[in-house]
Amino acid sequence: MKRDWPLYEVFIRGKRGLNHVHVGSLHAPDDAFAVAHARDVYTRRNEGVSIWVVRADAITASSPDEKDPLFAPSGDKVYRHPTFYEIPADVPHM
Amino acid sequence: MNDESVYDGLLGGDSSQWAFGTDFEDPLAGVDTTVPAGIDATELAVYCLMLGDDTLVLSQRLSEWCSRAPELEEDIALANFALDLLGQARLLLARAAAADPSIVPPLPEGSPVPAEDALAYFREAGQFRNVRMAEVPNGDFAHVVVRLLLFSIARLAVLQRLRGSADAVLAAVAAKGVKELAYHRDWAGRWFVTLALGTDESRRRLLTALEQLWPLHDELFTAHPIEKSLAAAVDPGEVRAEADAVLDQVLAVAEVERPEPIGTRGRTGRDGLHTEALSLMLAEMQVVARAHPMGLW
Amino acid sequence: MTTTPVEPPEAALQAAFDATVAHHDRIEPRDWMPEGYRKTLIRQIAQHAHSEIIGMQPEGNWISRAPSLRRKAILLAKVQDEAGHGLYLYSAAETLGVSRDELVELLLSGRQKYSSIFNYPTLSYADVGTIGWLVDGAAICNQVPLCRTSYGPYGRAMIRICKEESFHQRQGFELLMTMMRGTGEQRAMVQESVDRFWWPSLMMFGPPDDKSPNSEQSMAWGIKRNSNDELRQKFVDMTVPQAKALGVTLPDPELRWNEERGHHDFGQPDWAELTAVIRGNGPCNAQRMAHRRKAHEDGAWVREAASAFAARNEAARTAAKGLK
Repeated sequence: MKRDWPLYEVFIRGKRGLNHVHVGSLHAPDDAFAVAHARDVYTRRNEGVSIWVVRADAITASSPDEKDPLFAPSGDKVYRHPTFYEIPADVPHM
Repeated sequence: MNDESVYDGLLGGDSSQWAFGTDFEDPLAGVDTTVPAGIDATELAVYCLMLGDDTLVLSQRLSEWCSRAPELEEDIALANFALDLLGQARLLLARAAAADPSIVPPLPEGSPVPAEDALAYFREAGQFRNVRMAEVPNGDFAHVVVRLLLFSIARLAVLQRLRGSADAVLAAVAAKGVKELAYHRDWAGRWFVTLALGTDESRRRLLTALEQLWPLHDELFTAHPIEKSLAAAVDPGEVRAEADAVLDQVLAVAEVERPEPIGTRGRTGRDGLHTEALSLMLAEMQVVARAHPMGLW
Repeated sequence: MTTTPVEPPEAALQAAFDATVAHHDRIEPRDWMPEGYRKTLIRQIAQHAHSEIIGMQPEGNWISRAPSLRRKAILLAKVQDEAGHGLYLYSAAETLGVSRDELVELLLSGRQKYSSIFNYPTLSYADVGTIGWLVDGAAICNQVPLCRTSYGPYGRAMIRICKEESFHQRQGFELLMTMMRGTGEQRAMVQESVDRFWWPSLMMFGPPDDKSPNSEQSMAWGIKRNSNDELRQKFVDMTVPQAKALGVTLPDPELRWNEERGHHDFGQPDWAELTAVIRGNGPCNAQRMAHRRKAHEDGAWVREAASAFAARNEAARTAAKGLK
């Protein structure tokens, strides 16, 4: 019997209207305990309204070697970025 | 982060941000603290001591787990429960002292010791009103799971009703406590099932702990006369059926048979009759405070 | 057409790594890194994590006897934070391909160390304050620069830790301040405690720079950002006015302001004592390790039961899927 508990990654929504953000990791025997542990470890100063946990080995990540093909294409598509558009200073709420 | 600010903030600056981190609300903010008409102030004070001593003494036992838990995550969880219960105890002891200052043990003239600490540190074991379930010494991890499960099921049922107490302070403390106890109960319930169905050894240990603590279970629902007569109180006997239903659910999932009922006879912790363990526990808890009755902490 | 994936030559990887560090940019877990960098980081982060975990004991020793309920809550929350810090740091180390179990094993077998400060006993409640003020203060001096360390996960863990450490130091200082306003006995208790912890606190920055073998490489890699002696000087300069505000005397007859240097001069700690403590001959080494080992061993059946229960549920789920 393998005794060490698997690693989980923890994501917290700090308040309504915000994305869940990765805050750290922990170990837990299963998903339910992982949520409980996340509550105890990462929100003990009341800093969250919602918790996601996911087993670290269930995450598929891009490899750093693939950085160019994955991320380079958008690098030249400056029109995707809001700062590309010049807004006159007197237009409110932009 | 600025290199200097963390350290330099020590002298001067706004201290309100430091207490326990951020965003902690005062559960009594805006609550009417006068004793309601028709409520006997001394009875109210004694009732607050009963509930407050339960949480103070159990918190002390839970805090003994600190740095000793099976895994870091559980160490943090147990400390959270201890902190929750300690927070409830402070509110309840302070309420007891405010309702009837004559119950606070006398200290030397000019002592700066606040009332909540006078009550916690300067009473003898026989003056404590907690149920004995709270005070028995810690055992293994199964023991803390069973104790927390039995206690939190009973206490949650009481607090749910106490939210409607005629005393606004008790009602506010109960409203805060319900959220906390619900989480303690869930944690303990999850571990109860896990240990019951985990390995042969964990099941054996769980059943042993249940057997050890079961004789003190009935006392959780045995009302002291004040718990019956005080209009602001909840008679724990009245919540027994709902508490039993919750426990039976956990036992069923855990495939554990409910032990035979063991009744409570004679005087109990509520009357100041305790196990041998309480006085030892208090000797340790109170040693520094008692050495400095004029001390400022 | 078939192509064989071409591994970039090591020299190119090394150059990219060096450039990242030189730009004060962060190295992230899946980036290439020199083996020495990885090993040094694992050792440093693990020792830091072990220190947090062992560091729970000297203060935890006083939780049961805290002299007021408010102090009890503060102390318990503080020691709990230390468990949290250990957890964050073990997690950061785990991104480097080592498991928490392996690291715990390295601690329990004595192959990895923890900060020698925790091998000193806590003998009065004032020690809770002094540890917060001096020990956590020294730790903050060491740690704040680490928020900008070159390894991303370590830096992020440190940012979280430093925010919480500042509460720790604050509570310690405030406890001492309060006690100094109390009785004569309490004031004497504070002074006695400061006398015991001053020199061990100075030792927390490690040996003098000319006797610190690993420092130079760590600084080149951006793992460490200030030398031991720089940090020690900074700590002394910050602490002196605080001691004055408290009304305690720091037990160093050589301690005085040096106008020319713009810093305080101060005496040297007994480095032979530090060596002895690191070698395992401090007052509490055996006790601290025995406590940790017992907690770990006592918890083995619990960890095992939870794993067995999870495996059983997993099997049941798989079987249920198969039936569909």
